[in-house]
Amino acid sequence: MSQFFTLSVLIATLATAIKFAVPYLLAALGETIGQRSGVLNLGVDGIMLLGAFGAYYTVLETDSHLLGLIVGIAIGLIMGVLYAVVTVFLHAQQGISGIGIFLFGLGFSDLLFQELVGTTKPVKPLPTLDKLPGVGGIFEPLIEIEYLGPLLFDHNLMTYTAFLLVPAVTWLLNKTTFGMNVRAVGENPQAADSLGVSVARTRFIAIMFGCVLAGLAGATLALQLAVFQHNLTNGIGFIAVALVYFGAWQPRWVMAGALLYGLVTATRLRWQSLDIIPQGASDIAAMTPAIITILALVLLARRARGPAALTKPFTRH
Amino acid sequence: MKRLVGASVPLLAALVAFLFGAVMILALGENPLSGLAAIIDGAFGTGDRLAATAVRAVPLLLVGAGITIAFRANVINIGGEGQIIAGALLSTVVALVIPDTPKVLLIPLVILGGLIGGAIWGAIPGALKAYASVNEILSTIMLNIVAIQLMNYLLRGPMIDPIEVDGSRIPQTERLTDNAALPTLIEGTRLHLGVPIAIVAAIIVYVILWRTPLGFKLRAVGHNPDAARAAGISVERNIVKAMAMSGALSGLAGVTLVFGSESLRMVTDGGSAGFTGSAGFNGIVAALFGALHPLWTIPSSFLFGSLLTGATELQRELQIPNALAIALNGLIVLFVVSSDKVRDWLARRLDSSTGQKVDEPPAPDSTPEATPESVA
Repeated sequence: MSQFFTLSVLIATLATAIKFAVPYLLAALGETIGQRSGVLNLGVDGIMLLGAFGAYYTVLETDSHLLGLIVGIAIGLIMGVLYAVVTVFLHAQQGISGIGIFLFGLGFSDLLFQELVGTTKPVKPLPTLDKLPGVGGIFEPLIEIEYLGPLLFDHNLMTYTAFLLVPAVTWLLNKTTFGMNVRAVGENPQAADSLGVSVARTRFIAIMFGCVLAGLAGATLALQLAVFQHNLTNGIGFIAVALVYFGAWQPRWVMAGALLYGLVTATRLRWQSLDIIPQGASDIAAMTPAIITILALVLLARRARGPAALTKPFTRH
Repeated sequence: MKRLVGASVPLLAALVAFLFGAVMILALGENPLSGLAAIIDGAFGTGDRLAATAVRAVPLLLVGAGITIAFRANVINIGGEGQIIAGALLSTVVALVIPDTPKVLLIPLVILGGLIGGAIWGAIPGALKAYASVNEILSTIMLNIVAIQLMNYLLRGPMIDPIEVDGSRIPQTERLTDNAALPTLIEGTRLHLGVPIAIVAAIIVYVILWRTPLGFKLRAVGHNPDAARAAGISVERNIVKAMAMSGALSGLAGVTLVFGSESLRMVTDGGSAGFTGSAGFNGIVAALFGALHPLWTIPSSFLFGSLLTGATELQRELQIPNALAIALNGLIVLFVVSSDKVRDWLARRLDSSTGQKVDEPPAPDSTPEATPESVA
C-alpha cells in the first residue's frame, strides 16, 4: 500500500483518472443537452461503439487522427437523425428505442470490425501535447514541471476539449436563446409551443448535439486506447446516461461524476499493477462505481428534479 | 380487419429490418437469398438444428415473458442481463452445495434457486423505484454491472473449478452434478426440459396477468397509478412484485443457460454477453415483437431464436459475421417501437371509415413511460 501513497504515483494515478474520464464526460455532456430538452437517449453506448469503430478504421487506413475524429462526429450525426426521427417524429418509447440503437451499434460495429479488419491491429494513439506535430516542442518544458506537468499537460487535445466543453455547455444551456428553448421544451413543451418555440426542431437539434458528442466520445476512446475490439465501450455509454442523473442535469456535477469514475478505474488498475490487491478484490472494486451511482441516485432522487417532460413525447393539443 | 392492421404493422417493421439486412449482405458481396437460405437451413434444416433453435429461444422467452409483466406494470426492466446472472449464480451454488441430492429433488431446488436469485436482483430496483423514486432504467443498468463483476469475482475465486486453480485459471465452475442437468427430451438432440418449462412459464404469466386479482392490480398500477391508488391498491408494493416476478423469470433463464448447456458449468468471459448471449436484451426484443403479450412472445422468441441459430450458419457458410443478427435485432426494436404511431394512424383511418371503436390491439401503444413521477 505504501508504494501507492507516494506523490509521483498519486499524481500519475490522477493523470490517468483525468484521461479515463474523458469519454464519460463527452458522452454525458451530450446526453445532458438531450435530456434537458426532454429526450432520454439510452443508445449512447451503441453510438459510441459506431463512432469508435469509424474513427479507428479511418486512422488505420489514413493515419489521420483529425479525419478519425471527424468520422466519429459524422457517425454521431447520422445516428442522431435516426434517433430523432424515431423519438421526436414517430413518438417511439424512448427507453426502448435507445436499446434498439444500442443493439444496432453493438452488432453493426462488430460486423464491420470482423469484416473489414478481423484481427487486433493497433493504430497510433492520440498524441499528447508534446508530441503534437510541429508545435510539440513548445509544450515540452511544461511537461517537465515537477508533479504539475504530468498532471495538467501530459494529455491529448481531446482531454482539453472535453473539459472546456463543461463551461461551454453550461453557457449554451443558460445563456443562449437555443439553451432557453431547450430548457423550455424540456420543462413545459406545451407552454413553449404556445410561445412559438418549435418543440420538434429544438429537440431535434438537442439530440444532434447529444449524438455528435457520443460519436466523438467513442472516437476519443478508440484513439486513446489505439485499438478496436468487440464491445470496446463495455457499458461506458450507459454509465454516461446515469452520470447525467448523478450530476442532476448540471454540466459541472456531471463532470464531477465522470472524474469519480475515472478515478475509481485508474486507482483500481494502479493497485492491480502494483499488486496491492489481488484480481478477486479488483473485480469487487469494479463494482464500486455502479454501487456509488445507485446510492447517489437514492440520495438525489427526491432532491434533484429532472426536466419535467423527460421521456414524454410532445403532441400538440 | 383492425386486428389484421394491428398484427401487420410489426411484421412490416420486421420486413423493413430484414430488407436492411439483405442490403448489408449484398454490401458484403454475397447474395441475400443465399444468406436467407443459410439462415433458414441453419435454424430449421435438421431436427438437431430445430432443437438448437428451440433451446436458443428458451432464455429469450423467459426474459421476454418477465418483461411483459414489468412493462404492463409500467416498469422498464433493462436488468435482464444482471437478473439472468444472479439466477444462474444462486442455482449454481445450490448444485455445488448439495450435488448428491436425487435428481427429482435437485432439479426443482436448482430452479427455485434461480427464481430466487433473479427475483432478488429484480426486487432491488423495484423497491428503489417504489420507495426512493430511483429511475429503474438506471438502477437496472447499474445492477447489471454489479452482477457481472460479482460473477467474475465468484468464478475467478470462490467458485472456480479446483482444477483451474493451478491450471490456466479459466474463470469457470467445475462440471456440475448430472443430477441437476435438465433432462434431454428427444434422444440425440439438445432439446431439454427448459423448452416446455419456458412455454408453461409464459402461459402462467398470461394467466396471472389477465385471470388473477394480482394481475389486475399490476395492470391497474401500470395503466394509471393514481386511479389504482384511489382504488386502494398499493402502487409501491405492486411495483416491487412486478420487478421481482420479472427478475425471477430472467433468473430461470439463467438456470436453463447453465443446466441446459452441454458443458454443464457456468463460465464467464469477463463481460455479460459471454454467458448470457445478450438474452437479457434480446428478450426485450422478443417481448416487444410479441406485442408485450406473454403468449405472442412464444412464437416471437422462437423467431428470434431461429435468427440467432441461423446467423451461426450464415457465418459458417458465407463468412458473414453473426453480429449481423444483433444489428438486425436493434433495427427491429427501432422499427417496432416506431410503428405504434403508424398503426394508430391506420387504425384511425379504418375507424373513421367504419365508424367503430378500435378494440384491439392493447399492446405496445400502451407501452409505459419511464417517469419516476408516475410513481411518486
